Amino acid sequence: MATVAPSRIRTGRAAEVWLLLLAVALGVGGYALVGLNTGDALPEDFGRYALILAAVAVVLHLVVRWRARYADPLLVPLVLALNGIGLAMIHRIDIGMTARGIPFAAGPRQLMWTALGAVLAAAVIIALRDHRTLRRYTFTAMVAGLVLLVLPMTPGLGVNRNGAQLWIEVGPLSFQPAEIAKILLAIFFAGYLVTNRDVLTLAGPKILGLQLPRVRDLGPLLLAWAVAIGVLVFERDLGTSLLFFGLFVAMLYVATERASWIIIGLLMFAAGALLAVNLFGHVADRFDIWLNALDNEIYNREFGGSGQLVRGLFGLALGGLMGAGWGEGFPHLTTHANSDFIVSALGEELGLTGLIAILLIYLVLAQRGLRMAIGVRDGFGKLLASGLAFTLAFQCFVVVGGVTRLIPLTGLTMPFMAAGGSSLVANWIIIGLLVRISDSSRRPAAEGGGEVVGAETARIALSAQNEGTGEGPDGAGRLRRRGGTPAAVYDTADDVPRVPANDAHDQDGDDDQHTEVVQRP
Amino acid sequence: MNAPLRRLSVLVIVMFVALMGGATWVQYFQASSLNADSRNVRTLYRDHGQDRGPIVVAGEPVAFSEPVDDPFGFQRVYADGPLYAPVTGWYGLYQATGMERAAHTVLNGTDDSLLLSRVRTLFTGAEQGGGSVELTIDPAAQQAAWDALDGRRGAAVAIDPRTGAILAMVSRPSYDPNALAAHSSADADAAYTALLEDEGDPLFNRTIGGNLYAPGSTFKLIDLAMLLETGDYDPETEIEAPTEYLLPGTQDTMLRNPGGGTCGGETVTLEYALQVSCNTPFAMLAVEHGDDALREQAEAFGFGEPLDVPMSVTPSRFPADPDPAQTAMSAIGQFDVRVTPLQMAMVSAAVANDGDLMRPYLIATERGPDLQVTARTEPEVFAEPISASTAATMRDLMVNVVANGTGSPAQISGVQVAGKTGTAETGSAEDVAPDAWFTAFAPADDPQIAVAVVVEDGGAYGEEGTGASVAAPVARQIIQAVLAE
Repeated sequence: MATVAPSRIRTGRAAEVWLLLLAVALGVGGYALVGLNTGDALPEDFGRYALILAAVAVVLHLVVRWRARYADPLLVPLVLALNGIGLAMIHRIDIGMTARGIPFAAGPRQLMWTALGAVLAAAVIIALRDHRTLRRYTFTAMVAGLVLLVLPMTPGLGVNRNGAQLWIEVGPLSFQPAEIAKILLAIFFAGYLVTNRDVLTLAGPKILGLQLPRVRDLGPLLLAWAVAIGVLVFERDLGTSLLFFGLFVAMLYVATERASWIIIGLLMFAAGALLAVNLFGHVADRFDIWLNALDNEIYNREFGGSGQLVRGLFGLALGGLMGAGWGEGFPHLTTHANSDFIVSALGEELGLTGLIAILLIYLVLAQRGLRMAIGVRDGFGKLLASGLAFTLAFQCFVVVGGVTRLIPLTGLTMPFMAAGGSSLVANWIIIGLLVRISDSSRRPAAEGGGEVVGAETARIALSAQNEGTGEGPDGAGRLRRRGGTPAAVYDTADDVPRVPANDAHDQDGDDDQHTEVVQRP
Repeated sequence: MNAPLRRLSVLVIVMFVALMGGATWVQYFQASSLNADSRNVRTLYRDHGQDRGPIVVAGEPVAFSEPVDDPFGFQRVYADGPLYAPVTGWYGLYQATGMERAAHTVLNGTDDSLLLSRVRTLFTGAEQGGGSVELTIDPAAQQAAWDALDGRRGAAVAIDPRTGAILAMVSRPSYDPNALAAHSSADADAAYTALLEDEGDPLFNRTIGGNLYAPGSTFKLIDLAMLLETGDYDPETEIEAPTEYLLPGTQDTMLRNPGGGTCGGETVTLEYALQVSCNTPFAMLAVEHGDDALREQAEAFGFGEPLDVPMSVTPSRFPADPDPAQTAMSAIGQFDVRVTPLQMAMVSAAVANDGDLMRPYLIATERGPDLQVTARTEPEVFAEPISASTAATMRDLMVNVVANGTGSPAQISGVQVAGKTGTAETGSAEDVAPDAWFTAFAPADDPQIAVAVVVEDGGAYGEEGTGASVAAPVARQIIQAVLAE
């Protein structure tokens, strides 16, 4: 006797407007206070700053309304708040450094990167109609990602900064390719794992109650480990290495649900890192600094000393509970205060209260990413969303943990906040992808005139079918050659059809309840 | 894939909780030790860029911050710098001393007692200023002691025996804190180095620290207290007083009386022994009663006890394990007995206050930036070293010293002064002049001030260099200044 009443589905777009207003207010307010507290006047380019931040909010809101109206309303406001606060702090440090007699102008550049990042995020939302399209480029992403990772090691192109070989320089432009590689490798991992999860899930020997995978399936893990250690050894960057390996292990765990993968992975990384500690001075220094930061000898060491870290701690301590206030602290006394140590700068001027608020923004952002992974119906989307969300959280953990001496300091950037174009642009692209995935995650099943999947998905599915008869488009044909039979590539694309036995591990079965039915001709 | 996703989101929460814990650890629990770290330039910038509260004497600021146009914003200024330097200390770029250091958290506004005022400024948005510290110093007494010690090396300290409030704290030679508080570190360093190298040790606050002094005959007050406390002695008790006393355990080391003469007979009364400050009777009685009895009495007066006024006072000391000969020397304030002038003023103060020794203090009140009183020092008993009857007897004997004995230069017409002189040999060499001592309180029947004065190398100024001729007049001038009010 059910009556069907037409119910309006809440897209959350109105909430997004209010949240965007708040986010812009946070950034613009911080920017204004920096000027008022340091020079008793609004910053010179206050108008331009406020305009660009507002424009980013308006444009992204409209793009989301137009192309992803079911997207999570929290994503863009959260990121805009972080970006705005970061911009205000970068400007504040410009002022502080200039007052010290070292002219600094990272602010305007960062504002430009913000605009570019937002435009790219919008472009992703507009151009990418269905995130599953990306799965076609699984191996392209892998190759591109690895090339980008290796790029800084190319003589003549790569540049060594502060001991890490992470940048490339072309003319006046410098870029950190690892940031983009991060996205590409997440796409590759998602595509690869969704195809091979069944194989990887097959049980091997059981030791101490732990179900181990089969030895022959260790290959991909070994490869990822080798790449991570390679980055550590050749690019001398523990942070990036940790990030890639963490990303892979987390996604491997999500795909296979086997905790043994994590344990094996962590042990392997620990062994590799330990070896690196013994072989390379710079990694050993990091540990030394971490454990004995306040030792006078280590503090005063000219290279590889703890001066920067400890000055950051002094900043945090000065901030205390309530913070010195925008423009009232001395964050510019710490080296790289606007990039690696922007967290301690924020803790100094906004206090523990402000720092925890900022951490909560990151936490909510990461949790929304994981939530959309649970909601989205396809395995690829689940893996990609969780991988990207976890990257953000993990990067945050490594940076803030390093600055607060929870873990050894590694050179990663704080997403959306640290000064630096590559990182900002890459993370905005991630947000574009997450908006896209969350749109399909939150879209009601009935949407689309009775079609369960969008036209794009249907097209992919169709092309996959056609491929079997040799009629598929080039993209699909390429995949076939790498992935074996077309069915092996595509039968799990929408989690259907799958061999029931392999689904047994989906205890909660959420995936399968939402199994999409592709309309076939 | 949803089960691992949920676990992963729990892991993410755990990671962030760990981060918040880490931040809290640094910004809350470790904050004060990090802020106090000597390498922390931030604290320096912040504190020097802040309107630090004043140090006030009788309503007039003797140390205050003045806005200046340099990177710091405020300059610490000391009115009458050298006069108050032993009390204020200085607030320099790299170190703070004296009251500037001891009351730092009040002056910069971070003290716990100023929490309320800080919360207020949080809401009103006003700049949190520092609190002010009002001292117990009596400017007339301070000035009198300063003038009386002019051109000499020495120290004078005066306390109100009824409360323990410190009325004067003068150490000479002194220095100008303004030079040390300069914001040019080159200038400040140069001034500091010059003062460090100065032979007169101007940076020492001789009243409570620096090199301690041998108390000489003023220590006989402690001998006297010990003897009277046994109950076996009164002013009329006849005691042995030979011209020479062969120190026990030695072949030929003789202890003599001041001037090397007799003490007026083979035996004298206790009253007379103190009046002319005979050495032999006190030395013999100390050996008879043992070093433990003497040490106990000294410790009852505060020897060996840590004390903050709130600057920390170097504890005075009585030798730990002297042999009988050393005990005899200790009894006349020689050998390894070392005291601060404040300690000797405390001995007089205890006698003046019927045997109750009040805890000495320098801060009368603390006020928040809004001038509300946030703390007020309540006088409290520090120790009860002697009984009221011992105190009364000692008062009479000390009055006698000034009226009829060695302390006569401290006489003030119309006021009964009770006091004791001391002359301490500072080295074995004959050419080193002794330190001159005098400790006293007045008026004897209604004590308002207890004072101790030491003049280094007193012999350079007086014919015999005795406490009587050099130190007693200084004490007299301080007492007169206080009683004139």
